[in-house]
Amino acid sequence: MAVCIAVIAKENYPLYIRSIPTENELKFHYTVHTSLDVVDEKISAMGKALVDQRELYLGLLYPTEDYKVYGYVTNSKVKFVMVVDSSNTALRDNEIRSMFRKLHNSYTDVMCNPFYNPGDCIHSRAFDNMVTSMMMQVC
Amino acid sequence: MDPGPGGAAAGGAGLLLPLSDTEQQRYSELFSLCCSPAPEGGSAPAPAAGGSKVGDLFRASQLPADTLHQITELCGAKRVGYFGPAQFYVALKLIAAAQSGLPVRIESIKSELPLPRFMALKNDIEMRYGNVAEIHGVKFQLPHPTLEKNSFKRSDEGDKKQETKSPPMSPMCSPPASPSNYQRIPLSYGYGKSRSGLEQPHGVSYEARHSTHQQDGPATGNYGSKSALVHSSLSRSLSVEREPQDSSNYPDDPWRITEEQREYYINQFKSLQPDLNSFISGSVAKNFFTKSKLPIPELSHIWELSDVDCDGALTLPEFCAAFHLIVARKNGYPLPDTLPETLLPDYLQQASFKPKRDCTLLDSYSESLPVSQQTRDFNRTEKTSVEEMPDKSALTQDANSDDNQALNISTTAKTIPKDFKPSQHLSVKTVVQESNTLKARPRSRSYSSTSIEDAMKKGEEPPMPPPRPQKSHSRASSLDLNKIFQQNTQAVKSGWLPPPPALPPRPFVSQTEQVSEMELHPQMNRAPSQTEESSPTRKEILLTQPPSKPIRRKFRSENQMLENQELTPTSSVTSSLPAVKPHLPAQKQSSKQKRAIQTAIRKNKEANAVLARLNSELQQQLKEVHKERIALETQLEQLRPVTVL
Repeated sequence: MAVCIAVIAKENYPLYIRSIPTENELKFHYTVHTSLDVVDEKISAMGKALVDQRELYLGLLYPTEDYKVYGYVTNSKVKFVMVVDSSNTALRDNEIRSMFRKLHNSYTDVMCNPFYNPGDCIHSRAFDNMVTSMMMQVC
Repeated sequence: MDPGPGGAAAGGAGLLLPLSDTEQQRYSELFSLCCSPAPEGGSAPAPAAGGSKVGDLFRASQLPADTLHQITELCGAKRVGYFGPAQFYVALKLIAAAQSGLPVRIESIKSELPLPRFMALKNDIEMRYGNVAEIHGVKFQLPHPTLEKNSFKRSDEGDKKQETKSPPMSPMCSPPASPSNYQRIPLSYGYGKSRSGLEQPHGVSYEARHSTHQQDGPATGNYGSKSALVHSSLSRSLSVEREPQDSSNYPDDPWRITEEQREYYINQFKSLQPDLNSFISGSVAKNFFTKSKLPIPELSHIWELSDVDCDGALTLPEFCAAFHLIVARKNGYPLPDTLPETLLPDYLQQASFKPKRDCTLLDSYSESLPVSQQTRDFNRTEKTSVEEMPDKSALTQDANSDDNQALNISTTAKTIPKDFKPSQHLSVKTVVQESNTLKARPRSRSYSSTSIEDAMKKGEEPPMPPPRPQKSHSRASSLDLNKIFQQNTQAVKSGWLPPPPALPPRPFVSQTEQVSEMELHPQMNRAPSQTEESSPTRKEILLTQPPSKPIRRKFRSENQMLENQELTPTSSVTSSLPAVKPHLPAQKQSSKQKRAIQTAIRKNKEANAVLARLNSELQQQLKEVHKERIALETQLEQLRPVTVL
């Protein structure tokens, strides 16, 4: 149901980014990039709160007329950004949360692979499959 | 073989086809293969011989069909009506030419000697096999691996032949089994000596068996049932405990692991991690598999396929699956997108580890394990299961209780990880007990249970439901350890875990100390008596625990990671020996253990320091909170006289 899913590293460079309508990819890249500012704002808004008290799911970052952008950040400052089509009104918050949870689990599985160096782009087929399953539903 | 065919080739085809010695020998062998029952007179007369076999061979050269047609035309078989030696040799040369990219012409054969190109092919395969050999530290000359590629799928008639042939060229190198073993890869090439060579090294040098198994791996992977006969006879000759029906039941399946392969993988596993029921950590496995010289993305994919529980470590079946995939990949099989059924850990466990299942239940508590590991051979399973019998009863209860607390594990029959968890639980809990006893005294010093997992386990121990900071003990450190070490969970609310019980029974201190020390060994515990004594206390504690599942999962995964980290010192020590030596001398083992203990001690000291620092920080916070509380209370008192009157 997502239109675009991106995994951003701690240093704010993309580890993985994939969008469904491939012709508009650049637009989604731009959107994700601008959403990083919002993510940082939300993180810093926590203030001195300890890491674990912060919610991992950031919620709706900002809506535009065409789509909505949701964010999720892990304890290691890896951010997941998901762009969802606005016309897809059936998507509830819980579903977005569960999608992020799945993303997070797949990401940890990728991390568990000793051949994956943290900071590399993610080339894992299992991760790809999982992301595809999340995105395919839109079609 | 006689040089006749060479001359015949020249004469028959009307070409002057200079064949080098190696080429001649190879061609003649191939030819004799193709005409199995008949002498080298001609391949056509024999029924079910030349045509189909030659066709198989040509197809196995992986050239497109029209190229093969061209070749057959050119070599004159169509003209003559059958594949005589001349035609055959010409065809082989044409194949070599085509494989090197030259147009299929007679001229291309004549003009430049295809020798170099053939050699390139051969060298390539040699290198591949050489690499695979190097993994296991055995270097041996590979006699003629080229044709392996050419006739990838050979029919098994060749197998029968190999007994009768004497190897024309088999540079025998160090391990006597290597040529024999290598004979079996190009099974159908009639590299005769196989049998004799193989039958001998049964108990012989480990490296011999290594090469045997290593080549067996790719061989059996490639040839499936086509080598079923070989395998059945081989298994008969090599071991009594083998199940010969294993190989003969599964034709044509490169993803099935045969007994020889499995034994080999198990031995490799042992070289990395002496405990067969424990994990190989990610880094160790990475180093090991990187030696196979496969590209990293492929290795990454293989890891993804084989690490089914995605814990960053490989159990024995996972390791076998990964190894098998690597071997298959090196032999040119494309990697599957999903793990084949026969490589699933469940399947591998059921297939092979049933006899060992008894001992897996008793992993870290068997004194016999380290000893039996030294002398491990096919009789291992029987030995260990017998020796571990007495411990079984004491520990099954723990295993059961741990299973109850264990999270839903994705695969159903993962006994090995489950059994590992109980052992971990138990090992950790004994250390936790010790820490508990120490905490009974009012000092909140760093625990002599020095590993992080202990502290976390401590957080799980206590029976009190309401998560409050305890009045009697300063449990702050345990609580905040949860915070600190909680990594990827969303169980944020679990911040304040209940503290451990007030007074764990004293008499267990000495036992648990000893036991925990033993358990700090990455190796097996040597004192089953002590473990048995402490197991009743553990049972008590286990029974009184309130299950808190999400946290436990996190803890367990961290336990596993930490256990793996603890194990890595030994495994890194052992993995530094790529050459697998089957019988590690006892002294080496003990020195390794000493080193392992020392590294474990060091690590624990570091963890100790970390915990101490945490402790001080948390004490600070506690003080601040106390101050706030006092301030609030004074405010309350000021207000109270107004209301109470």
